[in-house]
Amino acid sequence: MATTTPPTPSAAPVRPATPLPPRRTPTVKAKTAPKDSWRTWPLRDRAGLALCWAAGIFFCLVAASIVLYMLYKGVTQLSLDLLVSSPESSQDQTKSGGILDPILGTLILTTIGIALAAPLGVTVALWLTEYGRPRWLARAVEISVEIIAGTPSIVLAIFGLIVFSQDFLSFLSFEATGGGVFGRSFFIAGAVMSLIALPLVVGATREALQSIPGHVREASYALGKTKAATIRRVLLPAIRPGIATGSVLGMGRIVGDTAIVIVLLGATVQLEAYGDTPVLGTLRGTGSTLTSYVYQNSPAGEGGSPDKAYAAAFVLLLIVLALNFSVDLIAAGGRRSRGGLSDRGKA
Amino acid sequence: MALAARQPRTWSDARAERTLGAGAVVTLLFVVAMVVYVVINAWPSFSHNGLAWFGSGGNVDQQLHDIQLSPADPDQYVYHLRAWPLLYGTILTTALAVAIGLALSLLASIFLTEFAPRKLQRVLDPVVRLLAAVPSIVLGLIGILVIVPFVRDTLIGQETKSSLIYLVQLTGQSVAVAVFLLVVMISPIMIAIITDALRSVPKSWTEGSAALGVNRWRTMWRISVRAARPAMIAAVVLSTARALGEAIMLSLVASSAQSFSPNPLDGIYFFLEPVHPLAATIVDNAEALSATPLKQTVYAFAALLLLSSAILSIGGTFAKRSMRRYGIQS
Amino acid sequence: MTERTISRSADAAAAAAAEAARAEAPAASEPETLVQPPPPVRRIVVDHAPTIVGPPADGATAPWPHPAHSGPAANGRSTVSNGKAADKAVVPAMERMRCEGVGISYAGKPAVRDVHLPVAQGEVLALIGPSGCGKTTLLRSLNRLTELTDSAERTGAILLDGEDIDTLEVTHLRRRVSMVFQQPNPFPMSVFDNVAYALREQGSRKPSKAELHAEVVDAITRAGLSDEIVANLDHPALRLSGGQQQRLCIARAIATRPEVLLLDEPCSALDPISTTIIEDLILRLREEVAVVIVTHNLQQARRIADRVGFMYLGELVEYGTADQVFEAPVHERTRSYISGAFG
Repeated sequence: MATTTPPTPSAAPVRPATPLPPRRTPTVKAKTAPKDSWRTWPLRDRAGLALCWAAGIFFCLVAASIVLYMLYKGVTQLSLDLLVSSPESSQDQTKSGGILDPILGTLILTTIGIALAAPLGVTVALWLTEYGRPRWLARAVEISVEIIAGTPSIVLAIFGLIVFSQDFLSFLSFEATGGGVFGRSFFIAGAVMSLIALPLVVGATREALQSIPGHVREASYALGKTKAATIRRVLLPAIRPGIATGSVLGMGRIVGDTAIVIVLLGATVQLEAYGDTPVLGTLRGTGSTLTSYVYQNSPAGEGGSPDKAYAAAFVLLLIVLALNFSVDLIAAGGRRSRGGLSDRGKA
Repeated sequence: MALAARQPRTWSDARAERTLGAGAVVTLLFVVAMVVYVVINAWPSFSHNGLAWFGSGGNVDQQLHDIQLSPADPDQYVYHLRAWPLLYGTILTTALAVAIGLALSLLASIFLTEFAPRKLQRVLDPVVRLLAAVPSIVLGLIGILVIVPFVRDTLIGQETKSSLIYLVQLTGQSVAVAVFLLVVMISPIMIAIITDALRSVPKSWTEGSAALGVNRWRTMWRISVRAARPAMIAAVVLSTARALGEAIMLSLVASSAQSFSPNPLDGIYFFLEPVHPLAATIVDNAEALSATPLKQTVYAFAALLLLSSAILSIGGTFAKRSMRRYGIQS
Repeated sequence: MTERTISRSADAAAAAAAEAARAEAPAASEPETLVQPPPPVRRIVVDHAPTIVGPPADGATAPWPHPAHSGPAANGRSTVSNGKAADKAVVPAMERMRCEGVGISYAGKPAVRDVHLPVAQGEVLALIGPSGCGKTTLLRSLNRLTELTDSAERTGAILLDGEDIDTLEVTHLRRRVSMVFQQPNPFPMSVFDNVAYALREQGSRKPSKAELHAEVVDAITRAGLSDEIVANLDHPALRLSGGQQQRLCIARAIATRPEVLLLDEPCSALDPISTTIIEDLILRLREEVAVVIVTHNLQQARRIADRVGFMYLGELVEYGTADQVFEAPVHERTRSYISGAFG
């Protein structure tokens, strides 16, 4: 320092050092605002704070209005009758039946989709985390999962259309008269749906695997177990909540997707089975789901029954909310049951 | 001895690795197959038009109609297309939606993390997650049944509509509605990602900044937001990919009847003009794919979408890598 | 006459000791590869009195005694001749901060109880004591950092230059009372941006880089960062070594020319060489700012402290000059802590 005198304090004069400090009885003091109050901030900061509040309020309003409007519309339009009767194609709203078939269609598609996506997703995640050699191959697989995650579902849908219109895959749908493969059925839509659920399962499983600390695996190897046995006996049971979370997230995505359904499920209002075999016939046939039902009944489709469209949209929302809620339940349950094996049970 | 000889029959490591690796390779092969298939099917449309494919000229609807009606003889397939209005519509809606969405989401995230009252914070966190899960068809439904009529009747009005009827049909399906719904669709994701990142900024930095006498707003802006930049990039990449590929919702609210390039020089009407993004066009033509030239044109659109989402992912990774220099973890 | 004999015999004794040391030296220097014995605990003797401006000595010149221990501690000086303490006794230090009856509790559980403590310019005040006894809590309350925790409550008053810190704007207070933490926490920016951080975020007008350059360089030089750093101010701060990062944090803290510098175990995460450098830095800095340092390391407290406060279970058990507390502690508890009976 250049000067030798310390800077004098701004306000009070220098007090002489007293031998004893005045002993005040300690009182609980009224504190000033614990966090620094915006009243002292410069104008720029206050403007920023105001913008933040505005954005927050705007977001709350939008969220509230969507939720409340759908609630209102759903409660007024939905009835038990709708849920259990099949839809009919009719221009008159009162005669166009219920939404049973679309509900069934959603359930079937989701089941097929996740039944295909979950095993494949767990396989890929296990290979990437536990093995992953050679490195260029692992990187390529990672990139391809990212590409699938980023591809719009409409692109996947029309890709599926090319592939499954080939002759050798006609067993999955049916052949129209004249030899052209129809290329649209529950099987096919389900297969392509599994693609959009796949990255979610892979991501959640990888996170769950990476959150298991290394010393758990080392303990297993130290006991003489092979890597394969470790995976099967130690890791897989431990990551069950992670797999469940990924699957439920994937199901949420499948339930909400419209593009694949419109392109690949045919456009029949009811479930039209093909052939006589009970289950396979339905799966080879066409139908609709809640999402395509909403689309068809909105002004973009035939536009026949906007009220039923609201009802179907409400049921769809309820399903999605239930799925999201169960993600939290899985995570909480996983944490409770396993104690401290891994840090997080959910993605 | 006897115990050691009775090894349980488990898979050997090599076998397990091969099996699991097979699954992984299947995925890889699938993606490769997808890219190859789509490009092969798209090629005729590109090759017939050359680079002019991306240019403008003529009415895209009319061109698509002609393609669909082209004669059955492969030599006489019509491929003529100038897709610029579609590209322009896509870029316009996506860019506007992501820009507005990012600004809104960043401010809302800062609000959620730091300045919101506790009770509001506790309520809003699950609400954000729930909103992220709302299917886009529901938003599209509300859009076309509520917002579009509102725009048509209230904001546009009958006289404006009839006065412009020879230039363009103002149906209420417009840039404004499309961008608004896109913002509502992508904001929850961005808010979720950015709030996560803001909350995981190391406390040593925020405490250190507070101890230096910097107020909460400046600390948040200069330290936390700066540290959250990789997350913001990830959010932007994710949202752009979603906005680009959003076909159903946009086909409901943007315009399905006409391809039109909104002109920014029209002033306020710019936001009320209809627009026809690429993904929505694919959906609108999805039923007519039996006509081969139309099929190939639609695959050309799909190839373009595929290429852009791939570029987005790769670009995002590179941008995040360049932030590591200053120690910002991604 | 007696003096000369005494000094001559002292010299002879010193000479004999030096001989013995030299005799051992060759033996000690041979096995160079073996671990050298640690250097003995040394007293840092300043060669000039610190410049302090204080009130004219008018009788109340004794250093501040703790009210519970009047008596021998009132004089506070040990008989060991030490330039530091002797000069201190003559000119009282200027008081900058004062704690009066400070008590802090987290969620109802008291962490600090009824502390009366002054902090004076030109001195290093060391707070020592076993872990969890409230030293860090007390330190953090000095710049109101305890308010960042919701469950913390504070009673009593803390004065900064006579003003109650609760009435000050908290950001202004923290610019006058700066803090350096245990783990070096440089921001993810360049060195220049780190040091200029507090200087920039002061008002609405943003000072330009050229305006700040001189102050930044000054702060960095005062903090003893090497010349290479000054030459390349755009180096990312996180790429510095641990000791350099901590010195950068000190530079950042003193850039705003605070009145008080609080250090929370600044050397506990560093290697011995960096520790020495930072201790020298602290001794240089104490002329400009009042320094309060919390330390676990008794040897470090001996090396650099002028005054020492010993805290145990939230109470300030003993307070006095370093010589007095270390050589002749009054309290039994202090004695046992310093001798290593617990801690």
